[in-house]
Amino acid sequence: MATDTSTTPIPERWTPNDYASGQDVRWCPGCGDYAILAQMKKVLSSLQIPREKLVFISGIGCSSRFPYYLNTYGMHSIHGRAPAIATGVKAVRPDLSVWVITGDGDGLSIGGNHLIHCIRRNLDINIVLFNNRIYGLTKGQYSPTSPLGKVTKSSPMGAIDNPLHILSVAVGCEASFVARTVDVNTQHLGMVLGRAAEHRGTSFVEVYQNCIVFNDGAFEFATDRETRTEATLELEHGKPLVFGKNRDKGIRLNGLEPEVVSLGDGITEKDLLVHDEKAAEPSLAYLLTRMHRPDFPEPIGVFRAVDRPRYDERLNEQVRAAIETQGPGDLDDLFSQGDTWRVEP
Amino acid sequence: MTKSQTDTVTAPRDAKSRVELDAATVRFCGDSGDGMQLAGTQLTNTSALVGNDVATFPDFPAEIRAPRGTKAGVSGFQIHFASRKIFTPGDQVDAVVAMNPAALVTNIRDLVPGGILIVDNDSFSKRDLQVAGCETNPLDDGTVDGYQVFRVDITRLTRLAVKELGLGTKEADRCRNFFAMGLVFWLYDRPLEPTLRFIVEKFGRRPEIAEANRRALVAGRNYGETTEAFAHRYAVDRARLTPGLYRNITGNQAMAWGLMAASKLSGCPLFYSTYPITPASDILHELSRRKNFGVRTFQAEDEIAAVTAAIGAAFAGAMGVTGTSGPGLSLKSEGLALAVMTELPLLLINVQRAGPSTGMPTKTEQADLNQALFGRHGECPLPVLAASTPADCFDVAREAWRLAVRYMTPVIVLSDGYLANGSEPWRIPRMDCLERFPVEHPRGPDDGHPFQPYARDAHLARPWALPGTPGLMHRLGGLEKQDITGAVSYDAENHQHMVDLRARKVAGIASDVPPQHVEGPAQGRVLVLGWGGTYGALATAVRLLWERGESVAHAHLRYLNPLPANLGEILSRYERVLVPELNCGQLCRLARAEFLIDAVGLNKATGRPFAVHEVVEAIERELAR
Repeated sequence: MATDTSTTPIPERWTPNDYASGQDVRWCPGCGDYAILAQMKKVLSSLQIPREKLVFISGIGCSSRFPYYLNTYGMHSIHGRAPAIATGVKAVRPDLSVWVITGDGDGLSIGGNHLIHCIRRNLDINIVLFNNRIYGLTKGQYSPTSPLGKVTKSSPMGAIDNPLHILSVAVGCEASFVARTVDVNTQHLGMVLGRAAEHRGTSFVEVYQNCIVFNDGAFEFATDRETRTEATLELEHGKPLVFGKNRDKGIRLNGLEPEVVSLGDGITEKDLLVHDEKAAEPSLAYLLTRMHRPDFPEPIGVFRAVDRPRYDERLNEQVRAAIETQGPGDLDDLFSQGDTWRVEP
Repeated sequence: MTKSQTDTVTAPRDAKSRVELDAATVRFCGDSGDGMQLAGTQLTNTSALVGNDVATFPDFPAEIRAPRGTKAGVSGFQIHFASRKIFTPGDQVDAVVAMNPAALVTNIRDLVPGGILIVDNDSFSKRDLQVAGCETNPLDDGTVDGYQVFRVDITRLTRLAVKELGLGTKEADRCRNFFAMGLVFWLYDRPLEPTLRFIVEKFGRRPEIAEANRRALVAGRNYGETTEAFAHRYAVDRARLTPGLYRNITGNQAMAWGLMAASKLSGCPLFYSTYPITPASDILHELSRRKNFGVRTFQAEDEIAAVTAAIGAAFAGAMGVTGTSGPGLSLKSEGLALAVMTELPLLLINVQRAGPSTGMPTKTEQADLNQALFGRHGECPLPVLAASTPADCFDVAREAWRLAVRYMTPVIVLSDGYLANGSEPWRIPRMDCLERFPVEHPRGPDDGHPFQPYARDAHLARPWALPGTPGLMHRLGGLEKQDITGAVSYDAENHQHMVDLRARKVAGIASDVPPQHVEGPAQGRVLVLGWGGTYGALATAVRLLWERGESVAHAHLRYLNPLPANLGEILSRYERVLVPELNCGQLCRLARAEFLIDAVGLNKATGRPFAVHEVVEAIERELAR
């Protein structure tokens, strides 16, 4: 059902389940999307955002079915265009909490242009990009984030496209909020979505999401209990970049390049790069987005969270200022302004 | 028309006698940097202010600054002013002001035999001729034989007029258009005051430039008055238009104001979302200045974002409008289909230009009709309306939005480059005399039933429930929906039902719009069936034939989808149906297919509007059959 069960009395406090639309969820069993949906409902409940104030806009792809499963306003739109549709919603209704749900194909391939412009404008919306590094809905072609050499149905001899590192792109667009998290790391996922919701400006969140059918295990390094402490690095504002099972490794700056160092032997946490998500310049955030396996652990968490003017606010502020300085417009006055003449009967 | 509009000339004997004309047509032409559009606009506004009916045709190259002095860089502005109702800028012109050789040779063919040719005599040097690609000087090689040629040292006289102000030569020469204006204003007995006011408004912040332009203008007028060169001057009396307050208005301005009026009358805040494209951009420019009316404009990253942002705004309750021209319409077609599927109200303004592809961006054409009607994937009907004159854009914009909200559908409005940049007097309406059509959004279910986003009203429209309304949460999308509930549905019978329903909804609009009006006899030999910006040429041609007593009528369509309910019956009352269009026969083919009639086309794709004589000749051919 696309309709809601709105006739039930409004509870005093919305539980995660109150945000469920009741429509059967039709992702493949074991899909990472389930975890994201569950965390989203939890976050919305913990923030107690009224359901009618929420608008979820998506494009096309597995991830883009998301809005159907939430008892909010929503639009499952056309391929790649969700950021532009969300821009229209937010521009005229800044009071709404607007979310864009997209994937690596939808957001980075066909919708890449809208994504970068949405981010640079810094509308106060949240963009969650489910990155599974594959085209799932069309059954297994390589995507813009598939690694070089990836063998898929459309690249039997291996993908020859260089992959796009979306967080580098987001930082390049001077995104005011950039984060990465992992579908099954539920606590971290919830934390990041919560931070995104609270951030004022475009929040861009990349979720490493497992496609169990066409790209299973693509992010095993980040989910496997054995490897994830070595293969990922959890960012914390104001803290040095430490990782490893025994938290005995860190990232040090060598000139302009990061390097992995082992703590001990004269190297202490004081020598390490300290994370600053509020740095005005995006250079540090960019450097972090460039850290990839196998040379580096892949950072997860909030890369950047800065305050920057928001497009929707500025747009509506211009309207307000124009009314204040020029007075509310009167069409009869406008039409008869300037050179006019009267034809007498 | 053979003799232009100057049909009541009586040749005077005495020098500088005043000749009363019932109409005159003047064209300013020069380099695109010579300020010819400005000169034309000033003559237009002044003529309108003295009470003439006016029709204009600005014609300029797509290049902002083509190489100076070349034929590619020639910019022209034609204005027809009259003491009677007129519908076109005129086939031919009575006077040409040519600022250089390129302008002269590219425009002289439109001057009536014996017409007035004023040239800047200082711009015909060897070098000027070379740049214009003239092997010989057209002033001496016979090109201008048979015209009244006035070789005026416009450059030299302008420099002299502004000499005391100490401007550089370049800046002084920029005043040449004002000198030319002053001379033309004298020739046609127009007051300088409106232009003097304009100079203060436009250049007030640079007093030395304002003063230079003023001096050049006055010097041009004085030249006409003092010199012995001109044997007579002309006067065109006030036109007897419908009483009321008037202003001159271009199609794009009328469109912008029509949208603002529609927003006010419906109570939906206007969100104009667009990507700059010739010749539609002036709608954006106008609306972006109107923020104190609550107008929000969004210059999107591309045409696709422009239409989809408008869809988002419509979902959120605004009057979502996107503007474009041909190539942009192609890019927006996927978005339009989403708006059809989600049944959201939306306007797309397509200011047509000569295509395909980039084509000739500053030239007019009507070749997007098929795309507007059929250019989408799937069975995707939507209403299509077309404006017929510059001022009509105001009414069509309003009507389109009325239909969009009543039927919950995207609507395409067709304008064209000729209407967009052309102008005519507009009788200013009072807002309280225009019909309001306030939009009501559902407030929330209070009957104990869940909200049904695809429930239907008498017009088959679904409710426009807005985000932010408690209890009405629903999801829209491109996937097929079950009727009433709006749930995603792959059911075969439901899809057939929804395809039929969407078609029926749009078809039903035919019973909600005025029946097609016919100018001329209710039955007879030939019906001229037109649409869009050709109205002026067709109306003028038909009136000329009436004067000869011919049995000709004219039906001009505003509603192209659905077609007016009485159109088939109208077409059956004439022996012949002629469909003039600035394309290869798009409406003609539609009329033949819909009504099984042997309609014939008059087709033209030169980037230029119909000349009246072309239409007259085509009607004559049909009459002779």
